[in-house]
Amino acid sequence: MSVLVYTESEQGKFKKIALEVAAYAKAVASQMGTSVTAVTFNVTDATELGNYGVDKILNIVHPDGFNAKVYADIIKQAAEKEGVKVVVVSSSADSKYLAPLLAVGLNAGYASNVVEAPSSVAPFTVKRTAFTNKAFNLTEINTDIKIVGVSNNSYGLVEASGNASLEEFSPSIASSNVSVLSIDKATDKVSIADAEIVVSGGRGLKGPENWGMIEELASVLGAATACSKPVSDLGWRPHSEHVGQTGKPVASNLYIAIGISGAIQHLAGINASKVKVVINTDSEAPFFKAADYGVVGDAFDVVPRLIEKLKEFKAQNA
Amino acid sequence: MKILVCISHVPDTTSKINFAEGDTKFDTNGVQFVINPNDEFGLTRAMWFKEKQGASVDVVNVGGPETESTLRKALAIGADGAIRVNTPATDGFAVAKQLAKVVQDGSYDLVIAGRESIDYNGGMVPGMLAALIDANFVNNCIALEVDGNNATATREIDGGKETVSTSLTLVIGGQKGLVEESDLRIPNMRGIMMARKKPLNIVEPVDSNAETTSVKFEKPLPRGAVKLVSPDNLDELVSLLHNEAKVI
Repeated sequence: MSVLVYTESEQGKFKKIALEVAAYAKAVASQMGTSVTAVTFNVTDATELGNYGVDKILNIVHPDGFNAKVYADIIKQAAEKEGVKVVVVSSSADSKYLAPLLAVGLNAGYASNVVEAPSSVAPFTVKRTAFTNKAFNLTEINTDIKIVGVSNNSYGLVEASGNASLEEFSPSIASSNVSVLSIDKATDKVSIADAEIVVSGGRGLKGPENWGMIEELASVLGAATACSKPVSDLGWRPHSEHVGQTGKPVASNLYIAIGISGAIQHLAGINASKVKVVINTDSEAPFFKAADYGVVGDAFDVVPRLIEKLKEFKAQNA
Repeated sequence: MKILVCISHVPDTTSKINFAEGDTKFDTNGVQFVINPNDEFGLTRAMWFKEKQGASVDVVNVGGPETESTLRKALAIGADGAIRVNTPATDGFAVAKQLAKVVQDGSYDLVIAGRESIDYNGGMVPGMLAALIDANFVNNCIALEVDGNNATATREIDGGKETVSTSLTLVIGGQKGLVEESDLRIPNMRGIMMARKKPLNIVEPVDSNAETTSVKFEKPLPRGAVKLVSPDNLDELVSLLHNEAKVI
């Protein structure tokens, strides 16, 4: 009867989104008067989840790494063993990959990009983003088992007191015809999905050779770097940095747009960010209508000085 | 190789989003509809398979007659035939179930869908379809090569990319990267003329049930005016971000 949550990890440690979905699962469980069971893979110390309201943890040792079909099947077995009515996942690339497979496996309705705790659990109603953050959609899930995909950074790391107990769980391992050949991942950089702060550059920066200051600003803030669509189309920056309607969505706490005018498609993609700052020479740029703070000025003048100010700030507040 | 490209009929990316009937329906008034951008990258990749390796390419949409203009555009770009499953696209599962029937009836080897539609952003149809027909599945696909029965695909992961080997029958959730923006094709007059003669088959739906129901839409609350900070007073910006916004 409990709520099951898939808590993702990397190199033995929980990702931040894992703690957020655990907290979300706790909120759902409280509304339903039940407990939270987490399913997780290869975590060294899983008991941290107790701080976010998880009661029981099924930690699976599975050395082969992520495979959507295999993981979905294991989570399905966990859901069946626990007799759960709700499964909570994140909006990471991996969660979005496996959730539809899990939905078919469990005959469960799935709502993705959910931004709040359910407004009601009977009927089970959640608020999700639609039209790429230009609107919200209240959705009812009508099936016996429900899957909720929580939008990153929407619910927050809400702590709860509790103790999580570990339980042995040895699921059967499905076979898959998708096998990993190689993974290419920058380990020294913050990814846009995980970032609390994103620093993004547009065509106003005039060329790829000017990205040094964007990277320096990002490094001072511990931020990820991103770019607008024209910049990725021009090949100044890799596609993986393109944020917007057809690129990556951004849901950071702080989004700093430099030399980006703010086309409607760009704004849609970054709209879920909580605080937006724009730096642009053109005071008429549409981004100023979407931003919380704005500086009308030349990026080549403003950004280096902002970096210095932030370094001073960081030194004082270290 | 028989390829099926799934096409969503969505509002143009520049559309203003409004709702009608007590905020329960999307207001299509004055809205221009296009091929879902994620699907358009996939359609172009499919055309390359056709031209370089020999493949037939059909496109499919689940929806009412109003989506046929979008299917005709896909035919004008170069697809060989189109299928419209004559039922409203109520939710992701219902659509996946209709597509599963189309894939099985047509014995397709490769199904290219977009990772998500830009209207409902469900991001679930490709995966659900793959699970329903027990096909291999790669999501967020940014590169795809097929050699005989084997395929190599690259998917975007958080902070990088992962390359996998797999085989047909394969479903992918595609996105930009399959081809570049500059590779997208605009239908020319010859293509548009030829599209008129290509088959657009309307098939009746199989029984299916929506698992989710859209209750209501809301627009984000209007936001306050931007606080402008002078470029000569960046201390103030740092202070606002720290003390007021509390984000640094």
